[in-house]
Amino acid sequence: MESLTNKRKLIESKPLNFLERAYLPAIAQGLAITMKHFFRKPVTISYPEEKREYSENFRGMHSLKRDENGKERCTACGLCALSCPAEAITMIAAERQKGEEHLYREEKYAAVYEINMLRCIFCGLCEEACPKEAIYLDGPHVPSDYLRKDFIYGKDKLVEAPLNQ
Amino acid sequence: MGVADIVIKFVLIVIIFAISLVIAMYSTYAERKIAAFFQDRVGPNRAGPWGILQPLADGGKMFLKEEIIPTNASPFLFIAGPSLAILTACIGSAVIPWGQQIIMGKYVIPLQVTDINVGILYIFGVVSLGVYGVMIGGWASNNKYSLLGAIRAASQNISYEISMGLSIIALLMVTGTLSLKEIAEQQHGWHWNVLYQPVGFLLFIICAFAETNRTPFDLPECETELVGGYHTEYSSMKLGFYLFAEYINMFISSAVMATLYWGGYNYPGMDWVLAHTGPVIGPLIGTAVMFAKVFLFIFFFMWVRWTIPRFRYDQLMDLGWKILIPLAIANIIVTGLWITFIK
Repeated sequence: MESLTNKRKLIESKPLNFLERAYLPAIAQGLAITMKHFFRKPVTISYPEEKREYSENFRGMHSLKRDENGKERCTACGLCALSCPAEAITMIAAERQKGEEHLYREEKYAAVYEINMLRCIFCGLCEEACPKEAIYLDGPHVPSDYLRKDFIYGKDKLVEAPLNQ
Repeated sequence: MGVADIVIKFVLIVIIFAISLVIAMYSTYAERKIAAFFQDRVGPNRAGPWGILQPLADGGKMFLKEEIIPTNASPFLFIAGPSLAILTACIGSAVIPWGQQIIMGKYVIPLQVTDINVGILYIFGVVSLGVYGVMIGGWASNNKYSLLGAIRAASQNISYEISMGLSIIALLMVTGTLSLKEIAEQQHGWHWNVLYQPVGFLLFIICAFAETNRTPFDLPECETELVGGYHTEYSSMKLGFYLFAEYINMFISSAVMATLYWGGYNYPGMDWVLAHTGPVIGPLIGTAVMFAKVFLFIFFFMWVRWTIPRFRYDQLMDLGWKILIPLAIANIIVTGLWITFIK
């Protein structure tokens, strides 16, 4: 039957000639190939000391952003939780009290904000849904841990460090 | 033989013993490092600078591991196996000439433990004893895999010892002596035996690979078929002894190859160097040359290990009996004709 793809190759099996049966030329060739690799630079990155650069559009750990005055941007609208296909995000909203204006930008804020990193698929839909530009997946990758409960990250791990005083 | 001679011999024995153990130790490190370089990796680099303390860490691990003797194993033979393996590996170095004699004042120090006139036969005897360690250990473990590995080791060693012996016969026809010291001295300068016996050397190195159970002839311990081969049931330092014996064997067979075929401690221009550096430094330079050759051979062993895949068992036997032995016999005949008509 005629080949449609042009990829078919006819393979003949010929008996080995004397040099091929003697192994030695083939072994010499092999030794030359391995010797080439001997002088090649290793591709290893020694991880804890060196780190591989993330690509520009890498989506890693979430961070909750602050505005230019150091106030938390999140207003606990819940759009991120709604958009999340993995249902990894939960939050409890609270009302801003008098004297907390320097902490929260809007009148409503997230008292508790939790992301389950084992559920999260790092799709970035929360980032797109956020109307306040409060959440970004711009961190490093999520480190390993021993217990499932330790993968539920609260505000202590998610909120960006405060501006330097 | 005075007290001074005995002290000199004793010190020499201790030094050679220590050197062969240290070289075996660092062969494990070199093997892992070289394997890594051949595979574009970095290799062990955590213990000390460049991982130089890795063998010590490995040794410490081996010593501290739990020692297991299987219930149905024969306890005496189970322990005798690795002991015999390491013993036979260590005594091979006794007849190898490491250098010319050093003359220090009135003392003459030969850099060879003993120059017996049947040096090569001694080496062969020790090598063929070596297989008993493997066989006894594999048999005493009372395990199918160990037994298969031991059987393979025994049949492989016996098959390849024949062609090894035949390749040596051609060499002996050229040298006319069995003493390793005399063979080394005959190769003064650049008159290395490999120039007169290239085929013999090729046969010898192939057989050396088989005798030391190195890839491509590492069937006795091939992980893919036999779990661990003859040392499947071994743990702790008894396993360490087996692995160690393999590396010492590699070192000794490299030294034997360097002595028999590659001129031992001889190098071109050695007379000039000897005349200019005196009777102490000069021979030591020769010893350094000898060790350089040995290290090259050890490197070659490792280089081949990471290049060639393992032989199938029937291919191994085919190669040994149908190719190497006829080739060795042909080599003897050609050497005989050459000695009779040309030399």
